[in-house]
Amino acid sequence: MGKTIAEKIFESHIVDNPCDDIYVIRLDAVFCHEITTPIAINDLVVRGKDRVFDASKIKAVIDHVTPAKDSKTAVQGKILREWAGRHGIKDFFDIGRNGVCHAIFPEKGFVRPGYTIIMGDSHTCTHGAFGAFAAGVGTTDLEVGILKGVCALGYPETIRINITGKKPEGVFAKDIILSLIGLIGVNGATDKVIEFSGPAVESMSMDARMTICNMAIEAGATCGICAPDMTTVEYLWNHIKDEFKTKKAALDAFSVFRSDPDASYAGIIEHDVSDLEPLTTFGYRPDNVKPVREMEGVKIDQVYIGSCTNGRIEDLRIAAGILKGNKISDYIRGIVSPATSEIYRQALDEGLIAVFLNAGFCVTNPTCGACLGMSNGVLAEGEACASTTNRNFMGRMGKGGMVHLMSPATAAASAIAGHITNSKIYGGR
Amino acid sequence: MKNFSGKVLFLDRPDINTDEIIPARYLSENTKQALKPFLFEDINLEGFDYKKDIRGRSVIITRDNFGCGSSREHAPWALQENGFNLVIAQGFARIFKRNMFNCGMMAVELPPEIIDRIFSVFSKLETEIETFFDRSSFTLTSGEIKESVKFEISEFDRALVSAGGWVEYADSRY
Repeated sequence: MGKTIAEKIFESHIVDNPCDDIYVIRLDAVFCHEITTPIAINDLVVRGKDRVFDASKIKAVIDHVTPAKDSKTAVQGKILREWAGRHGIKDFFDIGRNGVCHAIFPEKGFVRPGYTIIMGDSHTCTHGAFGAFAAGVGTTDLEVGILKGVCALGYPETIRINITGKKPEGVFAKDIILSLIGLIGVNGATDKVIEFSGPAVESMSMDARMTICNMAIEAGATCGICAPDMTTVEYLWNHIKDEFKTKKAALDAFSVFRSDPDASYAGIIEHDVSDLEPLTTFGYRPDNVKPVREMEGVKIDQVYIGSCTNGRIEDLRIAAGILKGNKISDYIRGIVSPATSEIYRQALDEGLIAVFLNAGFCVTNPTCGACLGMSNGVLAEGEACASTTNRNFMGRMGKGGMVHLMSPATAAASAIAGHITNSKIYGGR
Repeated sequence: MKNFSGKVLFLDRPDINTDEIIPARYLSENTKQALKPFLFEDINLEGFDYKKDIRGRSVIITRDNFGCGSSREHAPWALQENGFNLVIAQGFARIFKRNMFNCGMMAVELPPEIIDRIFSVFSKLETEIETFFDRSSFTLTSGEIKESVKFEISEFDRALVSAGGWVEYADSRY
């Protein structure tokens, strides 16, 4: 019997099978940020186990609240910073050089096909875009990962979603993943891996693949995963060119991490995107999805473009393409947060930052802040935000606030209109 | 081992997410104790008063996919700080369930028909639950009504509850 990508990676990393369906796997990387790691660090200190399994395999970033907004968040940054320092964790990224974890770690080349990765963050599934087995975990799993370089997980059953068809203009990776979550529901892939395959995925950029894998958790999935191909190699090339003579050689090496034709799946879903429309959410669950046209005119107070879902350069290009030559509505607050310092610089070089500023957007430093209502764009009670983020839970961006999830194109168009609207009515795209 | 018995809090809705259990704005807290007053502050459940309705209760019975969303272990911690060490549900989100057992707490799944029955018989009544860990059973009691329910947890989860959590277990083995 053939194996899926997830099974191949998982099986090659097993160190123990303590009982039942639980396997302890070896980790190739443990990622850390300042919200979920400090309590793990403090606990290790209290236990007299303030050690790390391998400083070169631990990567850390301050991203959720940066710059610190108050004394408490300053302490969280301080704990992570001092810990990285005393253990010689060289890949530590602080303000000015930082970025949203799920954007900066791939950008730095830390995610490779075949890797096993955990992080104390549910959107760790993003890294599956590279053909890695990457799972979000809680603080205790993170703590053991830091200390021992292992994690206990169930054997990964996979749901394959085969995406076909050419998406119409104005429809983006975000619309595809929203449509899928709407289809299978917030509980549709719990305890399973979602493998995204098919021609529509093969033709996607890495940025777009990261967008779809990012939201696999919104259907309950342990990981999202895409087979590595030449697009993966091209993205990673600067980081791997010393390891492989040619791109072809890298591709051959990575091709081990592809599902066998006779692999067994828990389910296979065929999804044709030829007739897909731009989508948005209407309630407090990511599977409350509707066409934008049915939400036309819905009131918003803020537009947020950024996050680990849609704060990458391609997203900023799409939004700027619509904003160019336009001004946002007088009644709207527009906030854009490029997901990393590098993306910020690139956006500046390409003139995108000027487009955002001319349109009336506030451009903030890279941070997760607004997405989870911690800083840099918190909503007031009764306000609504058109947002390129990943969660519309009640109170997510601020107590009593409503979040409508959408693509950067729909968010940009809605900023101009002053209410939810389709990007087709504006120039650019 | 922690206490897994006491008065029941019924939460009659599926898909209660971790933002509802403990909102992200409290993630800047650096101690588990500080989370205590904010449990269920943002829960989307009609008529629920997060300050009053949890008082004196120590077991939650709820529907499917409890704890979906964020990976924050602050959710089990906020429960634990308020004396809840056991959640019984039709199903759990993966990370939440792991976090519960990793903390030496219990997240126990029961089949939908049993959850339905428990809700229909007990949810409007003042109900107490007694947990017999070694026998893998609960006894629900409300006045004259008494029912026993068998449950299953994996050997691994049982070992974590007995060990007091995953750090102790892992450190002695790997």
